[in-house]
Amino acid sequence: MKKLRAILIMSIYAILVALASLWMAKQSYSWFPPEASAESKLTDDLFSLFTGLGTFIYLGVIGPFIYSLIFHRASKYDRSDAPPIEGNTWLEVIWTATPLVLVLTLSFVSYRTYEKMSIRGPMELVHLHVPQMIEPAYAEPFDSTPQQDIQKAVETEPIEQIDVTARQWAWVFHYPENDITSTELHLPVDRRVRFTLRSQDVLHGFYIPAFRVSQYVVPNEDINLELTPVRTGTYRLRDSMYSGTYFAANQTDVVVQSPNDYQQWLAAASAQTPGSAFNQAAYEYSQSSEPGSGNTKDKVAVRGWATIPPAPPPVVNYAPKHEPDSPA
Amino acid sequence: MTNISLEPIEIVRGQPYPGAPDNWKRFFTFSTDHKVIGIQYIVTSFIFFLVGGLFAMIMRGELITPEADLVDRTVYNALFTMHGSVMLFFWTFPVLVGLGNYLVPLMIGARDMAFPRLNAVSFWMIPIAGILMMSSFLIPGGPSQSGWWAYPPVSLQNPTNNLINGQVLWILSVAISGVSSIMGAVNFVTTIFKMRAPGMTWFRTPAFVWSVLAAQLIQLYGLPSLTGGAIMLLLDLTAGTSFFTPERGGNPIVYQHFFWFYSHPAVYVMVLPVFGIFSEVLPVHARKPLFGYRVIAVSSVIITVISSAVWVHHMFASATPPWMRMFFMVTTMLVAVPSGIKVFGWVATIWGGKMRFTTPMLFALGGISNWVFAGITGIFLGSVPIDLHVHNTYFVVGHFHYVLYGAIVMGIYAGIYHWFPKMTGRMYYEGLGKLHFVLTYVGTALIFLPMHPLGLMGMPRRVASYDPEFAFWNVVASIGGFLLGLSTLPFILNMVSAWVRGEKVGNNPWRAYGLEWLTSSPPSVENYEELPLVISGPYGYGRSEPLVSNVPNPDLTEFPESLTPQKAS
Repeated sequence: MKKLRAILIMSIYAILVALASLWMAKQSYSWFPPEASAESKLTDDLFSLFTGLGTFIYLGVIGPFIYSLIFHRASKYDRSDAPPIEGNTWLEVIWTATPLVLVLTLSFVSYRTYEKMSIRGPMELVHLHVPQMIEPAYAEPFDSTPQQDIQKAVETEPIEQIDVTARQWAWVFHYPENDITSTELHLPVDRRVRFTLRSQDVLHGFYIPAFRVSQYVVPNEDINLELTPVRTGTYRLRDSMYSGTYFAANQTDVVVQSPNDYQQWLAAASAQTPGSAFNQAAYEYSQSSEPGSGNTKDKVAVRGWATIPPAPPPVVNYAPKHEPDSPA
Repeated sequence: MTNISLEPIEIVRGQPYPGAPDNWKRFFTFSTDHKVIGIQYIVTSFIFFLVGGLFAMIMRGELITPEADLVDRTVYNALFTMHGSVMLFFWTFPVLVGLGNYLVPLMIGARDMAFPRLNAVSFWMIPIAGILMMSSFLIPGGPSQSGWWAYPPVSLQNPTNNLINGQVLWILSVAISGVSSIMGAVNFVTTIFKMRAPGMTWFRTPAFVWSVLAAQLIQLYGLPSLTGGAIMLLLDLTAGTSFFTPERGGNPIVYQHFFWFYSHPAVYVMVLPVFGIFSEVLPVHARKPLFGYRVIAVSSVIITVISSAVWVHHMFASATPPWMRMFFMVTTMLVAVPSGIKVFGWVATIWGGKMRFTTPMLFALGGISNWVFAGITGIFLGSVPIDLHVHNTYFVVGHFHYVLYGAIVMGIYAGIYHWFPKMTGRMYYEGLGKLHFVLTYVGTALIFLPMHPLGLMGMPRRVASYDPEFAFWNVVASIGGFLLGLSTLPFILNMVSAWVRGEKVGNNPWRAYGLEWLTSSPPSVENYEELPLVISGPYGYGRSEPLVSNVPNPDLTEFPESLTPQKAS
């Protein structure tokens, strides 16, 4: 009778935990920026799976833990010991095997997600010194077709090539087909885009949270990265690899546009003669290197040390008129 | 044979040894007593903990508003660099070496560490290296501003062009602390292998000793890689070599391998002894043997092995080829298995126990609950596609602070409270201890939980300014940060006042099994008048089996169950 009650309570708890895990897995989608690329959907699905299982394990461990804290306490004058239970082989085998199976499954699912992103996705196209090592991935026995949106984008239109140059502390985007440059990244929606990432000085991180992918930009190396924007709007590109003094200000906007708007923007930009763009790092540096220049907004309580001077503001065809603003 | 062995030791000892174990001046000498060195380590590193915490609070002050308006960007960058470096190299590593130093010889029934002079030398390198690193605040270019990873090329940029700059001092300081750690590791490994008391087989050795051994083995295989990387970085910076300098044909990615080959396993160097503390504290305060002791002990060594092949998960977003990403994803996730074994073992230990919520028990339980959470977010980070989104964001900062503060610092507090009566012969104040626990637990959740949503939203780590969309969670985190700063005050008050005038308690106030409780509090210089003869495994709660067959110290009268029945009666 007592055993039956214990089993009943445990089953009810397991059901409650499963429901809570499902709820958390659903909730997890709302913790992210908008899904602006086809790849981001894959990442969010994977994250949701991890959140669900993670919640299940967390509550599965914490539940008995808290039960113990409440019910297995010594009464005030009880100085005796608890029963000397030293272990239980079956229990120990189960709690070694279960995590093992679980993490291997999660590894496999992650690998599948990675494949779906990477057949034509970012990571497979990171060209490194060992290209032959990349090949076997294609020969894997299981399904590795890319995600539908990605496949469709590749089939309908050619891949749009954009060269990205990172430096201390500015981003410059070059569109080789029209030979124009910009400090704001404009992208056509529903088309595969290939970025070639280059750095002129130190490591930088090319990171657009709405696209869910970050990739270091490494000096002396050309790193290719492919993405598929699927949602128009303005997003944020951030430097995700610490790159020195003005690292935090090394950001710009990403504008995903309909094909028409994008073509119009390209045409308008190529009609403009290149001019010096606004650059936050260069602006702050000029403020701080002229003491008493009087702009109170940029005064700080504690003055700093010498810094590497920022590269001069980039000269580009297109630059936003003002300081870039971040989307909400 | 009882007392004979003591006398020659009395004569041979050529160390300066001012007075009895209650003479406070001994803490300022080149003492070779492992207990003095242990406390030297703990107190010195705690001072650095306060320094590093102060840096963190200034950073949280800066981050309470989106703009960079409290300190200059260079100052902020120096602060996060120094915060990370101080907290790791001068707080977490040394404080755990200190606890290990104090406890390992006592727990294995040895009179001291294997190499007492080496032990003293490795301690005294810590304040030297720490002061060297702090002195970089006083030189013209300021301290290193390249983060605690010191990734080139940023770490090779030297705006002042001085030969003595913050980065050079940083490298020298880290190298000195690395040499100190290697010496400590040699000492620990030798001591644990060679100096266990007669009868103490491997499976009679306490889980804490197992975990210290596992951790120190990592130091031995890992640290040479970091030290080598640091020397190459120093040569690039001062002598114009081109190991990592891209403009001279070097490869900055290679440095990342050198760095993480040690610095990821280093996390286990820090967390393993804390697992050991949990495994020691729980049985005492739940009056129940450690559940699955053998498996828990062996899982420490499994972690040592697996952790040697996971380092590239710090470089998933670096120029890392896909096969490498996949390989290291699997190895990284495998660490969850031995870690899980430990967690399940702890839960089963308290299950059905007779728990008392003393301060050390509260800190141990709090630490375990935080570790479960941190372990789960760790599996998230091991998955390549997820990591590519949260890489270098606040999600990572939240994860590893949950490990380092939520689990490790709380475990250290548990250890300090638990063995405080052993170290001082006095009891800490329970009320202050509980206040300390509540402030720490709430503060940890307030500061580090909000970092997870911030990271998922895409806030990069190490930024001095951020977009206004991140403001809300940052304010919450800053409040938690100040609360954590506040939480150290009851701790300091408790430790100082209890040491000076706390209630005197006996040699074994917890009625605990374990050799360290079979000597006086504080222990005499050589710990045991007669080496204990161990006849059973640790954690004999509820069995009334004796732990030793002799009486190592005749003056011990309490808790006779842990001695042989005939001697105790």
